[in-house]
Amino acid sequence: MLVDERQWMTADEFNAQLGLCQFLPGPNVVNLAVVVGKRYQGVAGAIVSGVGLLAGPFVIVLLLAMLYDHYGSLAAVQSMLRGIAAVGCGLLFGMAWRMGAAIKDKPAFLPFTILTIAGIAWLRWPMPLVMLGGLALSGGVAYWKLGRQ
Amino acid sequence: MSQVIELFLEFGLLSFVAFGGATALLPEMHRVVVDNHHWLNDTTFTHLYAIAQAAPGPNVLVVTLIGWEVGGFFGALASTLAMCLPMSILIYLLIDRWESFSGKRWQKAVSLGVAPLAVGLIFSGASLIGLSAGFGVGGWATITLVLAISLRWRSLHPLWLIAAGAVAGLAGLI
Repeated sequence: MLVDERQWMTADEFNAQLGLCQFLPGPNVVNLAVVVGKRYQGVAGAIVSGVGLLAGPFVIVLLLAMLYDHYGSLAAVQSMLRGIAAVGCGLLFGMAWRMGAAIKDKPAFLPFTILTIAGIAWLRWPMPLVMLGGLALSGGVAYWKLGRQ
Repeated sequence: MSQVIELFLEFGLLSFVAFGGATALLPEMHRVVVDNHHWLNDTTFTHLYAIAQAAPGPNVLVVTLIGWEVGGFFGALASTLAMCLPMSILIYLLIDRWESFSGKRWQKAVSLGVAPLAVGLIFSGASLIGLSAGFGVGGWATITLVLAISLRWRSLHPLWLIAAGAVAGLAGLI
């Protein structure tokens, strides 16, 4: 929409800024909305595009939540949600698989994936600690490898 | 009210480590909301995840649903803002300097270093959803099938799979 229809930015600009938004933590789409909004209208643009992106889905999701509060105890609704959760779970495994396959230096970096899973899913350590420790180790290895090239 | 403030603080802290987006936060949200505070149980958490999957809009909205169940409208608002606002402000301030960071050795190192962690987080999230839903044979068979389909036909819109999952669930297969 931004690139093809309105031509507010070129594909290269879009990719560069999406790269930043994926590099930083937080919801990528919201970050991107803020960046694009700022570019055109400063603070007001950033606020409007962030809120504009989220307001509609926010209202829809609240309506769904109210429906869930009313009908969530019905057996049919529960089994339907169970089915959706199973599909969502499969999609998450698929996403992890694809992201893992995209890592270039697997012998050096996949051990950090395994450590993260051990810390988060098995030992249930707090994520901020795991991420800081993991990033120090994994980023350290990456920094060292970049220096050797 | 105190729960709403607690929710805001907990999720605000999490937003700073959400490398890989809100999806990567699923395991930590489960730890905070279900295990530590007992605000929700396993079943409700799984249901909210399912609703967020089926709903249109960015997947960060699972946070909104959790907030709603914990603290009503203000809970939903607080958790959504906590997740989006801190990084939005930071990125607003940083964007003009991005050119000067981009391509630096430390910036590349962080990008490379964070990817394997994000993979681990998303894998952990998937496992936790699977375990807290208490799936039987049908559930795990569905998960495996969806994994295979999503890897084989990458352009397939996930909504088709979600609709099929809803039907299979209704039919009592999962």
